Amino acid sequence: MTMTESITPEVETRQPILRARNLVKTFGRVVGLDGVSLDLYPGEVLAVIGDNGAGKSTLIKCLTGAEIPDSGELYVSGEQVSFKRPQDARAHGIETVYQNLAVSPALDVASNLFLGREIRKPGLLGSVLRMLDSKGMRKQAHDELTRLGISTLQDVTVPVENLSGGQRQAVAVARAAAFGSKVVVLDEPTAALGVRESNQVLQLVRDLRERGLPVILISHNMPHVFDVADRIHIQRLGKCAATITPQSHSMTDAVAIMTGAATA
Amino acid sequence: MTQQKTASPPSTRKGDLAEEFLDRQTTLGKVRQALHRYPALSPALVLIVSVIVFGLLNERFLRVENLSLITQQVSVVGTIAIAQTLVILTAGIDLSVGAGMILASMVMAQLAVNNGISGVIALLVGLLTGLATGAINGFLVTRFKLPPFIVTLGTLNVFVALTLLYSNGATVRGSDMPDLLTWTGHTFPIGSVRISTGVIVMLALYLVIAYILGKTAWGRHVYAVGDDKEAARLAGIPVNKVLMSVYLAAGSVLAICAWLQIGRTNSASPNAGLDLNLDSITAVVIGGTSLFGGRGSVWGTLLGALIVGVFRNGLSLAGLDVLYQTLAVGILIIVAVSVDQWIRKAKS
Repeated sequence: MTMTESITPEVETRQPILRARNLVKTFGRVVGLDGVSLDLYPGEVLAVIGDNGAGKSTLIKCLTGAEIPDSGELYVSGEQVSFKRPQDARAHGIETVYQNLAVSPALDVASNLFLGREIRKPGLLGSVLRMLDSKGMRKQAHDELTRLGISTLQDVTVPVENLSGGQRQAVAVARAAAFGSKVVVLDEPTAALGVRESNQVLQLVRDLRERGLPVILISHNMPHVFDVADRIHIQRLGKCAATITPQSHSMTDAVAIMTGAATA
Repeated sequence: MTQQKTASPPSTRKGDLAEEFLDRQTTLGKVRQALHRYPALSPALVLIVSVIVFGLLNERFLRVENLSLITQQVSVVGTIAIAQTLVILTAGIDLSVGAGMILASMVMAQLAVNNGISGVIALLVGLLTGLATGAINGFLVTRFKLPPFIVTLGTLNVFVALTLLYSNGATVRGSDMPDLLTWTGHTFPIGSVRISTGVIVMLALYLVIAYILGKTAWGRHVYAVGDDKEAARLAGIPVNKVLMSVYLAAGSVLAICAWLQIGRTNSASPNAGLDLNLDSITAVVIGGTSLFGGRGSVWGTLLGALIVGVFRNGLSLAGLDVLYQTLAVGILIIVAVSVDQWIRKAKS
């Protein structure tokens, strides 16, 4: 087994889009994060794996503004930031796709993409009760889906409940990836999906990477992680046990590091 | 070191989606999809069929005077059902709309007649009273996180009691009131038909609310909150603000309805209109709006109110006892909800 840190020198010279340094988060006497650092480079898929209670979720929550770390620094494109709310992270271009899929079933694809940030045009009374620009939103939704290479969603007027699980996940991912976001965080995107639908979502992750959008992928599914990730951040006991790549380590190695049977 | 990369999964093809949808295009499936997409379609069909059937049963039914009478009969319930639609779209229910409306109408009438306040001021204070009933419901639903059913069951009793306490149980006659308050009962001729101003006010309200629900971001948010509250919250929609504004809008609509009620009955009675709490729900449900929220339209509600009006009028013209009208409306409700359940299953 090779035990080398496997970030290639080429990657290291680039400026990370998202950089976390020595994040610490405690809950009473429980230490959730014990000085975790993480770098996310442009156009890469970084998987975060770890056993239950390893600090995986806490790490992600600190990166997306759902939790406020006790100490440590966060940088977006080199600029130091601190997130108090998920909206703060969103304002810096960090979009999260939640495990329970925040989509509205009865609304159509275009409405879901623009939910909470609808495009409006002057209505009958000028700026009072402004009209939704439905046509504009449908067109932009279509363009955005094409740009993201999401070919499974052609008709943006279909209600989301008529879509398969994989397509719904695609809507949620598209919403996160659209509109100039810098980082997409996917929390267990394949957890509830069948084989074919999982593959659709993994393809989507690859497509995002091809378009230069970095992705943080949290998953329990080792084959999925090894399939799409460029680098794998392994959390163990509140710390980063190792950052490996699918080329340098096998799945067995990763599980061994995760459970403490081996070190990287 | 071992290389354990799994075989690359087959990439998704464009044909997949088309296949999925093509194989479920049975005729019944198509009907269901259409009803699913346009919730006002089924009540529209029911209304057309019932008008034809009642027209065949009794030739008096289709006379313009009778049709005009039906519109006047449904103007109050049709208006208050707008308020009910707004609340039900958010997956709530408002059992107190009728009681709040009667309270507002008593305030208008009493202030003008017993306290000798000018019609304009009495009307304004009455409208504010209606708005306040909505504000109380909205406050309890959003701040105390109580289920709308319980909140409005409580306020129903509170508003009924307040109405009786305030009015001492006495009815105020329309002839004693200033003209402004009974203005909604006036009729004017269009050709050979007499239309009441109340009906015009009702239709105007439908236009306004349909515009707001269908064409503004607020309307979209109302549907999103009713559809899936948590999803709406995660999408950045201020759920409590939307809910509060829905109850305020419902309060405004029922306040205007109080004015229509005075015009329609040419009086303000503390004992009137309690049926309206449930009749408004009937109109909404028959109109195809889902009690589970997020699905439906105010036009469906107008159709629902008209269907109930047509059934009551048609059956009485056919010489049937009023009990049969109630029986028919009861069956309509159950059929409407069954159809809604069936439509909701129209998912792939």
